Amino acid sequence: MVTTPLLPSDYLDLVGPLRAGADLRGRIEAVHPETGDAATVVIRPGRDWRGHTAGQYVRIGVDVDGTRLWRAYSITSPTDRRDGRITITVKAVRDGKVSNHLIRRATPGTLVRLEQPTGDFVLPPSAPAKVLFLTAGSGITPVMGMLRDIDFDDVVMVHCAPKPQDVIFRGELRDLVAVGKLRLTEVHTAADGRLDIARLDELVPDWAERETWACGPAGLLDAAEDHWAGHGVRERLRTERFRPVTAVVGEGGDGVDGGEVTFSTTGRTVAADGTTPLLAVGEEAGVLMPSGCRMGICFGCVTPLRAGAVRDLRTGEITEAEPGVLIQTCVSAAAGPCDIER
Amino acid sequence: MTAIDPTAHLTAEQIEELGRELDAIRDEVIAGRGEKDAAYIRRVISAQRKLELASRGVLLFSIFPPAWLLGTAGLSVAKIIENMEIGHNVLHGQWDWMRDPKIHSTTWEWDHVSPSEQWKHSHNELHHTYTNVIGKDNDLGYGIMRVDEDQKWHPFHLGQPLWNLVNACFFEYGIAAYDLELGKNLHRSRRKDPEFRARARAVGRKIRKQALKDYVVHPLLSGPSFPTTLAATFTANLVRNIWSHSVIMCGHFPEGVQVFERRSIEGETRGQWYLRQMMGSANISGSRAMHFMTGNLSHQIEHHLFPDLPSNRYAEVAVKVRALFEKYELEYVTGPLPKQVFSAWRKVFRLSLPNRKREVTTRDRERELVAA
Repeated sequence: MVTTPLLPSDYLDLVGPLRAGADLRGRIEAVHPETGDAATVVIRPGRDWRGHTAGQYVRIGVDVDGTRLWRAYSITSPTDRRDGRITITVKAVRDGKVSNHLIRRATPGTLVRLEQPTGDFVLPPSAPAKVLFLTAGSGITPVMGMLRDIDFDDVVMVHCAPKPQDVIFRGELRDLVAVGKLRLTEVHTAADGRLDIARLDELVPDWAERETWACGPAGLLDAAEDHWAGHGVRERLRTERFRPVTAVVGEGGDGVDGGEVTFSTTGRTVAADGTTPLLAVGEEAGVLMPSGCRMGICFGCVTPLRAGAVRDLRTGEITEAEPGVLIQTCVSAAAGPCDIER
Repeated sequence: MTAIDPTAHLTAEQIEELGRELDAIRDEVIAGRGEKDAAYIRRVISAQRKLELASRGVLLFSIFPPAWLLGTAGLSVAKIIENMEIGHNVLHGQWDWMRDPKIHSTTWEWDHVSPSEQWKHSHNELHHTYTNVIGKDNDLGYGIMRVDEDQKWHPFHLGQPLWNLVNACFFEYGIAAYDLELGKNLHRSRRKDPEFRARARAVGRKIRKQALKDYVVHPLLSGPSFPTTLAATFTANLVRNIWSHSVIMCGHFPEGVQVFERRSIEGETRGQWYLRQMMGSANISGSRAMHFMTGNLSHQIEHHLFPDLPSNRYAEVAVKVRALFEKYELEYVTGPLPKQVFSAWRKVFRLSLPNRKREVTTRDRERELVAA
């Protein structure tokens, strides 16, 4: 009544963007380089931050060249950090807008949007006696959050990186090894090639007895899943993927036809092919699309499908419109004309 | 008014070439849009909100004349900025590329009695698409005035100087009525149309909220300053209304601006559409502060060519657009605010009377062409 058509919070945001009751934001306080192409970003979260569980990720909205882009990053700080700050550790993705911006251009004082932490790549309430971490590249980040959080009795890590200097958190890992808190095997893929999963028998003879958390590129995780399943211990393996698994749909024509996509709330209609995620189609058309991980895991982008059909880019599966049908726009493409409620 | 077509010297190829050159100007701005532009609109929004808060704060003591003056002036300016540089432009989608849900054409609501949803339809879709096409663009006189010789005269138009003055003072209500197409929809056969009634209810709710804030809540908060704060908010709304009405009159009504026949836009190409925007709009010259306070609608020609480019870029675009006007030997209608306002008002007075016989209208000319 006092502030219509705005809300009182629109005015309070001018002075207290991190206050309780505001949209959840964070302020970047520092950016520390880790390797040549990775950096840790220290963020002071807003008052309503609920705290995370080691291994979880946070969705973060960053303004890059004035445009807000959302990505998900694993939280690398321990859960009981005294000053209440959180850290994410970001590795530059080639042509990655957000990762490169955070590593090279973000400055302390910048406000970012946050969502509450989420993800089920976490430890059980009481840490298992014997643990194996199988990681590659930036896949080390959720695991580092766990290592920093808990003292394990018996933990082994097999970590793959192109070269020794590419290993993120290298110094800290060495320190953990030095005090006997961690056994670490580094696989340097530039010299030795990709890790052959069968080598685990030699690197970690008792791997099948260990509760395992694996995070890294799809190739490694697919191989691990097969390997664990082959030995009948699939339930001991938990994986976290940073990239969507895309299905190879209809090579040479069939199945990649798109269609007219209508964003009925905004009142826009555009042509889309059968391979571009509807999220990207909408963003390109200027529609305000919610988004998150952009890889089909966080469900930050779900939107009602009002009419038509869409194809899941991971599985090739077709979803048809029915009342109440929600689709993940980041991993769905048009399969003929469709109507998206945005 | 178009006795002689001022674009007659252009060939079809030239018009399409002009269109391509304008597209290039647009592409250049879009490619360069970025952090600085985002920082600009956030700065303006933040400054506007602080000015409004401070002014309303001062008005709590409006019983003291200096406080009344200061608060009223501040609130008037804040309301003008909110409607012009922020509201109008955000609702055009000029800032949608930022993907910030707080500064987005689909979520923005403005300090105005017409709900932004309805205004976007009548303004963005109708007026900007059919600019200055008689019978299609209701902005040509808002359905209560005759602003071109080609529009048919009715005795009702005798009163149009008065209608225009009243419309200026209560412009936001005029816009709301216009967005509702009241003139058409109050007809008995349409009055009960459920869609119209829903829209009318939405306007009613918006008016209630706006009036409650400006004329009840804030005066009450002022305690003993109740009557003076009431007068202050009323004055601020009046100032904002007259200002925006004047700026908007200057956009399409001054002498030299062309109007178009409904038939002339059939099968219109991109180049022809651009040309119509160029000939159908007029600018206001002035200082940077002047451009800012008009919401950069002083760059009306550039705004009509590129309605969704960020307003802070119109000044640089204007230099290039003006060069094209010269290249293609077209008249760039512009002038200082008082001159343009005077020109528009003179037209309102002149056209309140029927055309004098010897004036030749577009329609006459077309009839001659057909006859020949």
